Amino acid sequence: MIKFLVYVAIILTVLAVGYLVRVFELASSLKGKRSEEITEKDNRLMGRIMLAFVVAFFLFVIWQLKSYGWRMLPEAASVHGKELDWLFNFNMGILWFVFVITHILLFYFAYKYYGRKDNRATYFPHDNRLEMIWTVIPAIVLAVIVIYGIKTWNHITAVADPNSQVIELYAKQFDWTARYAGVDNTLGASNYKLITGTNDLGMDSTSQAGKDDIIVKNELHIVVNREVEFKFRSRDVIHSAYFPHFRAQMNCVPGMTTMLHFTPTITTAEMRKKPEVIAQMAGINAIRKARGDKPEEFNYILLCNKICGNSHYNMQMQVIVETEAEYNEWMKSKMPKKEAAPKEAAKEVAGN
Amino acid sequence: MSMENHGHHDNHGSHEHQGHHDEHHHEESFVSKYIFSMDHKTISRQFLVTAVIMATFAMIMSMLFRLQLAWPNEHFGFINWILGDKWGKDGILEPGMYMALVTIHGTVMVFMVLTGGLSGTFSNLLIPYQIGARDMASGFLNMLSYWFFFLSSAIMMASFFIETGPASGGWTVYPPLSALPQAMDGSKLGMTFWLLSMTAFIVSSLLGGLNYIITIINLRTKGMSMTRLPLTIWAFFVTAILGVLSFPVLLSAALLLIFDRSFGTSFYLSDIYIGGQALEQTGGSPILYQHLFWFLGHPEVYIIILPALGLTSEIISVNARKPIFGYRAMIGSIMAIGFLSFIVWGHHMFITGMNPFLGSVFVFTTLLIAIPSAVKAFNYITTLWKGNIRFTPGMLFAIGLVSTFISGGLTGIILADSALDIPIHDTYFVVAHFHIVMGVSAILGMLAGVYHWFPKMFLRHMNKKLGYVHFWLTFVSAYGVFFPMHFLGLAGVPRRYYSNTAFPMFDNLVDINVLITCFAILGGLAQIIFLFNFFYSMFRGPKSTQNPWHANTLEWTTPMANTHGNWPGALPVVHRWPYDYSKPGKEADYVPQTVPLAEGEVDGGGHH
Repeated sequence: MIKFLVYVAIILTVLAVGYLVRVFELASSLKGKRSEEITEKDNRLMGRIMLAFVVAFFLFVIWQLKSYGWRMLPEAASVHGKELDWLFNFNMGILWFVFVITHILLFYFAYKYYGRKDNRATYFPHDNRLEMIWTVIPAIVLAVIVIYGIKTWNHITAVADPNSQVIELYAKQFDWTARYAGVDNTLGASNYKLITGTNDLGMDSTSQAGKDDIIVKNELHIVVNREVEFKFRSRDVIHSAYFPHFRAQMNCVPGMTTMLHFTPTITTAEMRKKPEVIAQMAGINAIRKARGDKPEEFNYILLCNKICGNSHYNMQMQVIVETEAEYNEWMKSKMPKKEAAPKEAAKEVAGN
Repeated sequence: MSMENHGHHDNHGSHEHQGHHDEHHHEESFVSKYIFSMDHKTISRQFLVTAVIMATFAMIMSMLFRLQLAWPNEHFGFINWILGDKWGKDGILEPGMYMALVTIHGTVMVFMVLTGGLSGTFSNLLIPYQIGARDMASGFLNMLSYWFFFLSSAIMMASFFIETGPASGGWTVYPPLSALPQAMDGSKLGMTFWLLSMTAFIVSSLLGGLNYIITIINLRTKGMSMTRLPLTIWAFFVTAILGVLSFPVLLSAALLLIFDRSFGTSFYLSDIYIGGQALEQTGGSPILYQHLFWFLGHPEVYIIILPALGLTSEIISVNARKPIFGYRAMIGSIMAIGFLSFIVWGHHMFITGMNPFLGSVFVFTTLLIAIPSAVKAFNYITTLWKGNIRFTPGMLFAIGLVSTFISGGLTGIILADSALDIPIHDTYFVVAHFHIVMGVSAILGMLAGVYHWFPKMFLRHMNKKLGYVHFWLTFVSAYGVFFPMHFLGLAGVPRRYYSNTAFPMFDNLVDINVLITCFAILGGLAQIIFLFNFFYSMFRGPKSTQNPWHANTLEWTTPMANTHGNWPGALPVVHRWPYDYSKPGKEADYVPQTVPLAEGEVDGGGHH
């Protein structure tokens, strides 16, 4: 019944507006005006709104920078991430300049040259010099952007240091599994046809390199200032390993292995002490408290950033950056029980 | 000039042909006049009305998922009312349906509204009118083009009525997700519907595109050389070429996907274990699909934006009462953008593990596009300079387009930089970028076209005041929705997340999403004003005079009636370029293209 009344109300409103418009049109035609004609008054009003708009727009942008700016990702926690942040700010500097200048010109001209009855536009069909200026200057600026961009890109995608730690990240709907390459720093072979309930990654038990591999769920521990080389595999669909705090991302594609390497520079503990992070977390925890959720501490995170199914929005893994000593302590707890050294652990597995 | 002779010759042929037509079409039935019509004007209106309806559906979809993003797990009667208990139980959007909504919203907007709707409406309306032709080269293929488009739209919407729901792998439908029914419900029957719909769409697009190209090349009236064409026609021409060259590649991508889904092939599949079993397929590559898809996908965004830019060029020039600044540079830019759009597709794939050197090449080619784009933007601004601007609603939308094209284009420079793309790829920064530069700009351009050519299409005017209110609400809310999204992206929020509540680090961004949704609702309500104005004015709006905007182009020399064959007598003869506005020495501030050059007068904005 209520739905029916809502429909009736909507229909009546539309009809009412229709008649109102009709009345206005008839009234203006009685006064001898054509309602569709654009008058000088209209032009002046729209010109002024154009000017007001651009001022309001700039204020809106400044407000956003002030109110949202401090809630963006904190400083990059990786070596190349710092380079990327610098490049981003450099490019943004150029873009803000162009954005502000073009918008001032566009809307100011719209205001200044609003149509007047006794006015006539200036016939100005082209000007080779002007056109040359705004072809060449953007070309030079873009050349600078391209050169810096490709330089940084080449740094980031260069071959990893052979001494970097090798870790496999294995993606499936909807979680991440890490496999540490062990003492030999080489991952064992695997094949998707070997996947069973107890062999989640399809590891090949005949592969010597795989004997010392350590499989870890839920948490990814890495050592500060030590380069990590990730190798990504996916079991089912495309996922994307996204490490926002380290400014790193790589797709995980079934049927192939993709790679990415970076060097974390700030431990989780250090990051928690950064003033900007403390401020962010205070804001977050105030919101969580109001909502009745428990407070949280800052954590690095790995997210899936390629649509992968219905629970895509909750495919994550905590990343912990720690000192070498802390890492070794943690790694010990992940070793097979009663075995102190990984080599012996490998031997035992081989013996079985 | 050989080109003029050429145009004259063909036009002569079409004239005779037309005479033949007239005899047969004296008593048209309702069906042949309004439904299976072969007249370009009727087909144009059919495209427009279908696109308006599809855009309304797509907008309602966006409202549904915006509610979820701003107020996750809140109960909304609206959601339950539209989606029912299955997908909107207790007014909460079901996660699978969320994915389906973003997927179909994207597909409908990109293909049905901004490709089919925009090109279909205005290429059909303006090509014959502005080049001085009686109709399209093939009226029959043109009719088929519309009906395939209709079929495609119908199949896409029908997928909401199947049990497992519509396709839900994102509008790019990357396999293996879209290839494996085990991966999600949306990859079952809904995905088949999506592929069928797109197949029909591609047929429609090719039939239309071939027709546009042939018509522009062959049916220009006497005197209408290529360098006397309005920029609208140049834009439609290059757009049609892009479509004809790139849509077949999408069809091949879709076809291989159909094979993988239904016939056990492994073009895109390899080494997959899903649903407790290892699949047989090996040797394929999901990345192959991405190459094929984006080989269409990138020209596609120019297929969307070029017609909008073409319409804007015309509208800005007419209403600033000035020639478009740098006519030949504008043509050059359109061609440069068209060409470059074929060699930049890899910038969508920087983080798929592609060869870094290849990545560098795509960075270079992509950033090259910024140069012709910058030329266009500066030329628009210079056209306004020292103009005598008449703010019709169409003009407002055109100026709005210039603004969004600049602000969206600038963030493209960040995303085109492969290194900078790494941390913001697939985040809301991308969503903000492409919505502003392509979505909002093209919609503003399309609306500008609707307001400007409404008198030609429906012989009446739309209400000016409602148009003003519609523009300002739309423009303000477009920026209100999409500008803050940059910040979400820089905070690391991925796109296509049903909810951000699983991540404490995103908890302090809820207010941004609330603001965005409020602007989205405002923008949505503003479109009701448009819909009302559109349909009301179609029947009740004040009747228009023959050339209400005092424009130079040929469509305004036709009588205000939907005459079959456009000009009752002989076809008009063209003597000058279309942008002689406020030319010194002329009394009126416009000189239609049909007015012969005076003694010693230089044509085409030549030096003075």
